[in-house]
Amino acid sequence: MKLINKSAQALLALAGMAFTHSAVAADTVKVGVLHSLSGTMAISETSLRDVLLFTFDEINAKGGVMGKKIEPVVVDGASNWPLFAEKAKQLLEKDKTAAVFGCWTSVSRKSVLPVFEKNNGLLFYPVQYEGEEESKNVFYTAEAVNQQATPAVDYMLAKKKEKFYLIGSDYVYPQTTNLVLLEYLLSKGVPLENIGGGFKKDSSGKIISAGKYTPFGHTDYQQIVAEIKQFAAGGKACVINTLNGDTNVPFFKEYAAAGLTAESCPVVSFSISEDEFRALPAKQLVGQLGCWTYFESIKSDANKTFVSNFQKWLKETTVDGVKKEGRVTCSPMVLSYDGVYLWKAAVEKAGSFDVDKVRAALQSGISFDGPGGKVTTQSNMHLTKNVFIGETKADGQFKILKEYKDVFGQPWLKGTFKAK
Amino acid sequence: MNPQPRREIFAAGALALLLLVLMPALNAWAPEDSFFYVSNFTINVWGKYLAYGILAISVDLLWGFTGLLSLGQALFFSLGGYMLGMHLMLMIGKLGQYKSDLPDFMVFLGHTFLPTFWRPFYSFGVTALLVFLVPMLLAKGFGYLAFRSRIKGVYFSILTQALTYGASLMFFRNDMLMGGNNGFTDFKFLLGGDMRSAATQRTLYICTGIALLAVYFGCRWLTRTKFGLIQRAIRDSETRVLFSGYSAANYKLFVFVVAAGIAALGGALYVPQVGIINPSEMTPDKSLEAVVWVAVGGRGTLVGPVLGAVVINALKSWATRAIPDMWLILLGSMFLLVVLFLPKGLISVPGLIRDFLQRHRKPASPETPAPTPAPKVSAS
Repeated sequence: MKLINKSAQALLALAGMAFTHSAVAADTVKVGVLHSLSGTMAISETSLRDVLLFTFDEINAKGGVMGKKIEPVVVDGASNWPLFAEKAKQLLEKDKTAAVFGCWTSVSRKSVLPVFEKNNGLLFYPVQYEGEEESKNVFYTAEAVNQQATPAVDYMLAKKKEKFYLIGSDYVYPQTTNLVLLEYLLSKGVPLENIGGGFKKDSSGKIISAGKYTPFGHTDYQQIVAEIKQFAAGGKACVINTLNGDTNVPFFKEYAAAGLTAESCPVVSFSISEDEFRALPAKQLVGQLGCWTYFESIKSDANKTFVSNFQKWLKETTVDGVKKEGRVTCSPMVLSYDGVYLWKAAVEKAGSFDVDKVRAALQSGISFDGPGGKVTTQSNMHLTKNVFIGETKADGQFKILKEYKDVFGQPWLKGTFKAK
Repeated sequence: MNPQPRREIFAAGALALLLLVLMPALNAWAPEDSFFYVSNFTINVWGKYLAYGILAISVDLLWGFTGLLSLGQALFFSLGGYMLGMHLMLMIGKLGQYKSDLPDFMVFLGHTFLPTFWRPFYSFGVTALLVFLVPMLLAKGFGYLAFRSRIKGVYFSILTQALTYGASLMFFRNDMLMGGNNGFTDFKFLLGGDMRSAATQRTLYICTGIALLAVYFGCRWLTRTKFGLIQRAIRDSETRVLFSGYSAANYKLFVFVVAAGIAALGGALYVPQVGIINPSEMTPDKSLEAVVWVAVGGRGTLVGPVLGAVVINALKSWATRAIPDMWLILLGSMFLLVVLFLPKGLISVPGLIRDFLQRHRKPASPETPAPTPAPKVSAS
């Protein structure tokens, strides 16, 4: 029945399409939403679509941006990277959107980047990434490596950990993060033999890869966990985990089965937020650590209002495909939310929707009191924000252990730390 | 032959005129605000559809004419794309994020010099050769082993699927030095032309159209020769062909290698137009997608698969913007409807209409056989 309903709606939407184009009034501003609503990334990215639509409604209810209502243009990138580029072209060249909010994976961002540069568009990118990139056409609300990975290492060092095991999925974000962490650890006086996971060197003996890597969808972690157990045998060890998505399930299962615990050898993960726990069992991760620039458990008025308004919006919304039950908020969602408000503030400061003027306003430093605390834009198109370390609880929420205030986002970290 | 093929050539010519001359001309010379203006975006996505059309023909040559359901066509397509991509990466020069001579991802991974196997790709000529050579040699090696061992039917499909999957896993590895998961992006120049300019994109589009026409007429010729007859005989009863004294394995190997070359050509034209190639393009489900285009368009007709590729991808482009939540349902129901009601694909629609009209004009003789648009194929 639901399918028939959906098909009927689809047909209606088709019929409606012909008219809406010309019916758009002049007092709206078009804004693009470029996320995967189908395919492998849909599970993460639809949450960002939802929170963006919520934010637009919230802003529109208060009068919009410079008196203009936001008119979202939602497209589906379908976890297909060439399609992302095509959709970006469509949003910029056909729809003439004033700004686009979107992308999750690095490869999708890399795919649309030339399109944004060619058309001088503006993309707000909300998900933790590896840095090593700075485009005048992308505003990175995302966590840079020094807003997630290095604070986590600082925390571990403060907890008197001496040995660090690096494990991740084999793609650019973990590879780069771990290379930066290697330099960082060496600069903190951690000797090379206390960094686990192995190294790869090029013919001149320079380390080009640090840590243990497994492909996407890998399930057999027995051997790796045995290696970690051996590594942690002397105590004072921890694991830095940049594994991606579902591969965390078999890893943590094996980890618990081998008798390793958060007390004996804690794991700090960078890719598991509250939203991931909707699909991932939290049981095996209780006590393990996470590091983000926002947790739903933050006890501030701004966060309480944000969470309750979002839940209220979820109940009331008529947008198709929005899941209403069991919803949570997480860092990428809040960074999407912050991004929209920062764009609004920049437009109002510039007095124009023109990308060059909005960029100049963003680069001049704009602050917004978001659910995760105050965030401030920087001239390098990144964001100063607070960083939190949290401990996983059985209900998939985090207990906040430590807060680092106003961390400046630095995209270029490789080669900046000197070994002692 | 009858007027039928001449009409076919006439229709193809008219279509070519529209797509290859009229559309680019309107893109170049019509004023931007006029009704007749064809936008850069339209030219660009149509270039992509036509490249997919080339891929679809390669699937049809194998599946429609020889009965080989290969799920490796996405691999050959991507390999062609990767070969050209390597040249494009080297042409970026110092304009990348790191202002280095090396491609960005190599600097990223800490490399200080260009690996030897990348060097030949500085030359466009060598690259153009390797675009065909690498996929075709792989097809030759794999095909030789598979056909010599008389691997047939579903086992052949499974094996090609495994090959594709294995290759994608290999390309995902950063150690391969082929860009890992991020693949190749951010191309700047092709043969001196700025990849971002409308003129370069238009030229690429026209090249794709010409390549598609060449491939179409080449395959049309091949399938109508004696060779094509044996091809279809293999499809319909391979054992009989064998006992008639033909080496079926050699024939199949030849078709497999040619199809790999065609797919690679499609891939090489596809990559500069979409601006990215990464290993998720060479997964088995991408091969399956191409098989679906062929099935929807009309298997064994050469025109049908192109039609299927264009219609489905145009619909996808439109629907992911217009109904982003429901486009999968729309496409899915279209596939079901075509399979249920149009087993010979979209290409059979004009014939069915003609048939319907004829029947209504002469209700006395309803038993006249249906004229099929591609008469050569249905003879089984």
